[in-house]
Amino acid sequence: MSASEARRPCRPYQPYRPYRALLSARFRMMLQYRAAALAGVATQFFWGAIYVMIYEAFYSLGVPAPMSFEATITYVWLGQALLALQPWNHDKEIEEMIRRGHVAYELVRPLDLYGLWFVRAVAWRTAGASLRFLPIVFVAGFVLPGLGAERWALLPPDSGGAALLFVVSLIAAVALGAAITTLVHVSLLFTLSGEGITRLMPTVVILFSGMIIPIPFFPDWIQPLFEWLPFRGLADVPFRIYNGHIPVADAFGEIALVAAWTGLLMGLGRVLMARGTRRLVVQGG
Amino acid sequence: MAQIVVEELRKTFHIARRRPGFLGALRGLGRREHDPLHALDGISFEIGAGELVGYIGPNGAGKSTTVKVLSGILVPDSGRCEVLGLVPWKRRQEYVGRIGVVFGQRTQLWWDLPVVESFELLGDIYRVAPAEFRRAFDELVPLLDLEPLLNTPVRQLSLGQRMRCDLAAALLHAPPLLFLDEPTIGLDAPSKLAVRDFVKRLNRERGTTVILTTHDMDDIESLCERVMVIGQGRILCDGSLGELRARVTGERRLIIDVDGDAPLEDPDARLIRREGHRVTLAFDPDRVATADLIGRIARSHEVRDLFVENPPIEEVISQLYRSHGTEVGA
Repeated sequence: MSASEARRPCRPYQPYRPYRALLSARFRMMLQYRAAALAGVATQFFWGAIYVMIYEAFYSLGVPAPMSFEATITYVWLGQALLALQPWNHDKEIEEMIRRGHVAYELVRPLDLYGLWFVRAVAWRTAGASLRFLPIVFVAGFVLPGLGAERWALLPPDSGGAALLFVVSLIAAVALGAAITTLVHVSLLFTLSGEGITRLMPTVVILFSGMIIPIPFFPDWIQPLFEWLPFRGLADVPFRIYNGHIPVADAFGEIALVAAWTGLLMGLGRVLMARGTRRLVVQGG
Repeated sequence: MAQIVVEELRKTFHIARRRPGFLGALRGLGRREHDPLHALDGISFEIGAGELVGYIGPNGAGKSTTVKVLSGILVPDSGRCEVLGLVPWKRRQEYVGRIGVVFGQRTQLWWDLPVVESFELLGDIYRVAPAEFRRAFDELVPLLDLEPLLNTPVRQLSLGQRMRCDLAAALLHAPPLLFLDEPTIGLDAPSKLAVRDFVKRLNRERGTTVILTTHDMDDIESLCERVMVIGQGRILCDGSLGELRARVTGERRLIIDVDGDAPLEDPDARLIRREGHRVTLAFDPDRVATADLIGRIARSHEVRDLFVENPPIEEVISQLYRSHGTEVGA
């Protein structure tokens, strides 16, 4: 550990080693918040039950619906199981760091700040969702049918292909969610308090992702708006691939679109972050 | 060869001026006026490999700004700065991978992780080869007495324990250069001693260059052969502690415990303060021999005890600021 030995430059190979390690460490950290997850599971069961009752009432009217009752209920349970994946809120620690002017200290690490925050967002969302996912899937998919309530149960994927593509689309949804989350965090570099955007996010994300009502249920005239916004890639696309409403043949195109949006939003986040950090290193945070 | 070269470094911040009152706030919605704050007003210095330099100054003098520039997270307005042959704010990632930084006010560990996992994560972040990591780890853990702390989550550590861990964390990638920004702030006495002891050994045994900012003059007195004093963005003094003392004042202190409350005066000494039985006088040893002064006072007063000392470094520094018209604690 002599000085001359250490003067060797930072090894440029292993470019992903820090980010892989940070992802796994942060994921493990977030798994510690088990009480919050438990409360989340309870809340999501409650909401799931309410949705089931609403759709039960709606379908009993016999009006034409864009999805079968079973497919809709499956969609609802997936939404409850994966709610924590939705980028509707922001990381309080990052807000605090920016507000108190500590964000400059993030730069003393030999890391790309965008990469650091993106990885952080991925870990945050996936850890929260994975804690809630299994109990909800277990109860909605196995306990409910066991109790004779097959009608209200989460069904298995429509087909083997649908299952496979669901997994792929879910990965795309995680990346898209992390890109949106990071974009929100980057915007805090400019607005400091983030009151505006963080109040807007829950409404926009939850509505336009299809978490409130599956997107096919919205009127035809507003469908193009949903089509052209990135948010449906967060929930509607993977859920409808799962329940077969999006046929396997169409799924590839849908996933490619989500990936394209993800790339675009990551690029935007990077550009804004470069501008924000330039200001930071000039004005001193 | 100098490891750090700083020439005529300047940095001005523009602070938005808030006008008082409601009307002022309204006008602030339009165009804001900015007051310039010259955090660095043309500072120059060189630091060679293996030096241990204390960098001191009142709050707002430009200490942190200097450390931020040197650690690559702040870009100066003008001037030259080269550290380890690199310009810190250019190719930042490469540069910061080669230095160590500890900010006393912040930890670079992860609150939710046990110490050992934080260390491993830093090994990954700095892309340290496993064998080298092992070597650094095995060396630092006993040196800082971290063995009992390794499996404790960082949030449960005391401030002193945390600082020891932070020191190790900054050195796992074996940087030749370490910046310490107020590493003893808020620490209890034993922890301060442990930190000082470690920094001294690091510097002596491994030749790591250390730049230390602090408000604790004991840090300076026990560690630094060289002291740089900054005030209002300028280097006021750069030299050894003895040089600093000699430059500011040749005075010494005579502290006397007396019986009774009779006034204690001498034409060659200046009364600094009196607290009960304890009287502190200042005198100039060039004008009056210490023995003469003591003899005179002992003859005319009931002296219980007395001793002579150098003025505390705090007072030397604040005198230095006063003579430069710098407000202390501004």
